[in-house]
Amino acid sequence: MNYFIIGFYALVIGASSLAAYYQKRTAFLLLFSLTLVSFVMGIVGGEAMLWSVTILAGLIAFSAGVSYSFREFLVIILPADAAKEMRTAPLTAGFGLFVIFTYAISGIFAPIIAPYGEAEVISSAFAPADENMLLGADQLGRDMFSRIIYGARNTVGLALLATILAFVMGATAGLYAATKGGKLDQLLGRIVDVIMSIPSLIFSLLLLSIFGTNTATLIIVIAIIYAPRVFRLARSVGGNVVVMDYIEAAKLRGEGTWYLIRKEILPNSTAPLIAEFGLEFCFVFLLVAGLSFLGLGIQPPTADWGSMVRENATLISFGEITPLIPAGAIALLTVAVNFVVDWMLYRSSGLKE
Amino acid sequence: MTQDKSVLLNIKNLRIEGYSDENWIEIVHGIDLTLHRGEVMGLIGESGAGKSTIGLAAMGFTRDGCRISEGSSIEFDGMELTTTPAADLQSLRGARIAYVAQSAAASFNPAHKLIDQHTEAPLQYRIQKRLESQEDAMELYERLRLPNPREIGFRYPHQVSGGQLQRAMTAMAMACRPDLIIFDEPTTALDVTTQIEVLSAIRDIVDQFNTAALYITHDLAVVAQMADVIKVLLKGDEVEEADTRTMLEHPKDDYTKSLWAVRDFKKEQVPRPADTVPLISVKNVDASYGDTPVLYDVSFDIYSGMTVAVVGESGSGKSTTARCITGLLPPTKGEVLFQGTPLPPDYRDRTKDQLRQAQMIYQMADTALNPKVKISEIIGRPAQFYSGLHGPALKNRVDELLDLIELDPSQYYNRYPPELSGGQKQRIGIARSLAAEPTFIICDEVTSALDQLVAEGILRLLDKLQKELNLAYMFITHDLATVRSIADEVVVMQYGKVVEQGPKDVMFTPPHHEYTDLLLSSVPEMDPDWLTTLLEERGVDDMGEVEKNK
Amino acid sequence: MGDILSIIAKRLGLGLITLLVISIIIFFAVELLPGDIAQAVLGQGATEDNLAALRAELGLDRAAPVRYFEWLGNAVTGDFGNSLVSKTSVAEAIGTRFANTLFLATYAAVIAVPVAIFLGVLVALFRNSVFDRVANVVTLTSISSPEFFLGYILILFLAVKGGMFPAIAKIDDGMTLIDKLDRTFLPALTMVLVVVAHMMRMTRASIINLLASPYVEMARLKGVPAWKVIVKHTLPNAWAPVINVVALNLAYLITGVVLVEVVFVYPGIGQLLVDAVTKRDFPVVQACCLIFAATFILLNLAADVGSILTNPRLRHPK
Repeated sequence: MNYFIIGFYALVIGASSLAAYYQKRTAFLLLFSLTLVSFVMGIVGGEAMLWSVTILAGLIAFSAGVSYSFREFLVIILPADAAKEMRTAPLTAGFGLFVIFTYAISGIFAPIIAPYGEAEVISSAFAPADENMLLGADQLGRDMFSRIIYGARNTVGLALLATILAFVMGATAGLYAATKGGKLDQLLGRIVDVIMSIPSLIFSLLLLSIFGTNTATLIIVIAIIYAPRVFRLARSVGGNVVVMDYIEAAKLRGEGTWYLIRKEILPNSTAPLIAEFGLEFCFVFLLVAGLSFLGLGIQPPTADWGSMVRENATLISFGEITPLIPAGAIALLTVAVNFVVDWMLYRSSGLKE
Repeated sequence: MTQDKSVLLNIKNLRIEGYSDENWIEIVHGIDLTLHRGEVMGLIGESGAGKSTIGLAAMGFTRDGCRISEGSSIEFDGMELTTTPAADLQSLRGARIAYVAQSAAASFNPAHKLIDQHTEAPLQYRIQKRLESQEDAMELYERLRLPNPREIGFRYPHQVSGGQLQRAMTAMAMACRPDLIIFDEPTTALDVTTQIEVLSAIRDIVDQFNTAALYITHDLAVVAQMADVIKVLLKGDEVEEADTRTMLEHPKDDYTKSLWAVRDFKKEQVPRPADTVPLISVKNVDASYGDTPVLYDVSFDIYSGMTVAVVGESGSGKSTTARCITGLLPPTKGEVLFQGTPLPPDYRDRTKDQLRQAQMIYQMADTALNPKVKISEIIGRPAQFYSGLHGPALKNRVDELLDLIELDPSQYYNRYPPELSGGQKQRIGIARSLAAEPTFIICDEVTSALDQLVAEGILRLLDKLQKELNLAYMFITHDLATVRSIADEVVVMQYGKVVEQGPKDVMFTPPHHEYTDLLLSSVPEMDPDWLTTLLEERGVDDMGEVEKNK
Repeated sequence: MGDILSIIAKRLGLGLITLLVISIIIFFAVELLPGDIAQAVLGQGATEDNLAALRAELGLDRAAPVRYFEWLGNAVTGDFGNSLVSKTSVAEAIGTRFANTLFLATYAAVIAVPVAIFLGVLVALFRNSVFDRVANVVTLTSISSPEFFLGYILILFLAVKGGMFPAIAKIDDGMTLIDKLDRTFLPALTMVLVVVAHMMRMTRASIINLLASPYVEMARLKGVPAWKVIVKHTLPNAWAPVINVVALNLAYLITGVVLVEVVFVYPGIGQLLVDAVTKRDFPVVQACCLIFAATFILLNLAADVGSILTNPRLRHPK
């Protein structure tokens, strides 16, 4: 028993007791479960495990703090009605927005933020971190940190482009099919069913093996694979709006299809479509990362998170966490987007009741 | 039989809060209620009055997101329900207090047979053995006049019709012979002719077992048949309470009086103009959805400046007829004439002017107005589309239309539909149809989603507009009270056919067609003896007679 | 019962047609190659002689539809032709590898399905509690992480630092089942983490959906105890959604396995597919795609049939 362990248990038990005394049910449950978990962890893993628990708890507390400040920041700078929404947003949504904001900044200003170029060799392979290189060098001696910053631009940018393309195709076709109905609607539905019954990763592998892996093909292939998913959602969202009497009224007035979609259907479908955009982005992003990881996505020397994981994977067996950083960057953004989408879905379902 | 008349349910200062927008808001503000054994109390009020919430609270139950406030007291047979532990409350439900829900189709579990759901509570409380309980269920089914009482219980919910399900649910509520049953709008979802059967079945069985009941409804005429005492609620407050006859004859509060007064409006009947071509003429129209025929040889005429009411129950084809006239559903046979010239069957083939002449007002104002479009644009669009108005001329036209529907332009011009009340939305719907400067308007159940007072206002407005603008209305409705107040001519439909048609005064005086007769006589009236008298006339005066009359 | 059989028959027929259409897509996608297969394989520097020889070997002189039917006919009997790279039978190469992949997927499924359904029902019952919210954050994080991220984390902590499990999942036929299970524990665990998160969320959603239905409220108002409400009134109606959730995730396992196999150097069909794509070995790519698609369709079909069979409205027609 050293001071750290004694201090650790004293802190969690003390905090639990305080929470119980002040009848903070939620806080007590959380703290007390943490205490129990730490007991088990402490017995199994010893002091090192408790350190991990402490670091993890610290990280969570830190991100909660960041999320809280960012949310309050948004409440202050946003106009009144958006601020009202933000005030009731959960911390996870604040966290998500913060992460997305950070990624956007580093993606847009990559050349300014990154100390070195993405393909610039500045040191020996796998050189450890020093005052020049925040995260050390990769397998060719390029600065890891710079490449991660550039990755935000390349990987996210590509995924974003592919998602937008998929969205424009899928949503337009879906809303059009919903408005028109009839034979065309059924035909499109059938085509979509077939495409969707091929697993997306497998389908993209097939297409990439044929058309090769340059960036443009990659974007188009991914857009084609994901457009049917967007189509299906847009079709069903649009389908719910089309049965409304105001659409019938507009049709009977003699309005054209384009007017119906633009003025009557689209304004009533935006909320679910935006949420779906977030979800689709996550899928596309994970697919792009997966393909790059397999060596079939963005090609070197362009900095890309998926291929960075693959290139540095050998370091794992030496106990280095370097290859986990780009992987973590992928996970973090997906988590962030998912948090925001989760909040938006919750809000739109809550409004229905 | 001597009947115990002691107090069964005593609610004092009941306050209930609902959770919305991160806040607890009080929705029931201190209701007192005393119910004696064997007594039936009608709780009536418009939507949002808190009737159902109070009914459930009488079982010590609140829906998710609601809670009973401190200081409320619900005493059931000497037991304080607000402080009773959950386990004891649970053993009270089903056994001593039972519940009959509005939608029987949704409230029966689709995975189990009716009788298994019926016997669930008796078996749970070990009151009866399974066979005994099944036998009892069949007896109750028979008393509730369900067909094949010995077999119907072995069907699944989706295999039984709505009216029968509602009776089966009443039987289920009776399974443990409770002291109190809460009826939550049990006939609202049913057609009038079905409603009669369910009402009389419920009334008789409650009578026989001397069960006390809280009967929740928004329909005054229905509650007049069922209740001994009526309590009127408004927005979570009590308005007044009295026994049924006193309440009907001498209502005290202004609100109650206004509810009672609603059915007074009657427009003067206009005769057909002589020697003119009808504005709209439906000629021998057949129509079908896919392969299922829904209309058979439907014909009737509508003259300008007149109101033709098309009456029928759900599935009678009245809305389908409207779809044929507007061209949404091209008829398979026959045609629709406008001032003597045939209209193209499909609306897509009609000219702008043909489309402009016939407009529609919908039942659900919520779905009839695009929630994301400003009022000014909703009303302005037809004027812009047909007459090419824009700029100040368009704004003037919109202001004029808002004046016409008695809404202040400065206040409503820039608002969105969700910010308006149901009645205001319906007025906007009317303004939109007027914006096209039509000669003919189809009103599809325009008042049935509205509370009575508001509906009255809409009917008066429609009447005023008709006189000012010489409009012809086709008024689709299932509510005969509405027909009485607004129609000049009546068309009765059943199973896709026109059963009978003629001027209103002729239609409402016997002799009628058999179905018209059934429909007319099934509409509940404010007279508390109406149901009894009607059943006597139809020859179903007591339970023993049921079989004979089949 | 006649009704239900015809619905199932229709569904099976539709599945078969879908598979047929997919086989067409898979075959003719390769025909879209700029030039032809021979050119794509041999590259720019190929001589006319070499090209002609390969074309003859592949039978490219015949019309595409003819070759399609030949390919399909052979595929149905389990013959996928020869690999362009190793010149050996594709079917042979796939055989044991497909078995390995199925082994890994089954391993993961056996752990994931019961755990996920149990936890899903649990969080549904304690919805909106602290644990529900924590579970929400944890599962969201898990489904947001790429498989290779989870895989490498597990390798780092459990294999490299903890030394509890092997980092590389090499297995062969000579090994005992226990050995195999030990060797493949980490890849299986990686998939379990992702799939459990997905399934938990879906199970929770469908159970909550059911708990909000009027018949559940009715049961509660009838005095039915809470556990019985779940067992008697919720579960019989929960089969269809749960079956769907399970099938969807099993299908996901089958495709997600590709990345996991690469991370753990596991000799499965996913690894083979990735190699073939890199080497542009089209017969292998086509065969793998067809097998993956068929498995995917089969699972979805099973889910549909399952929900048809458990639907009381269809089981007891009017």
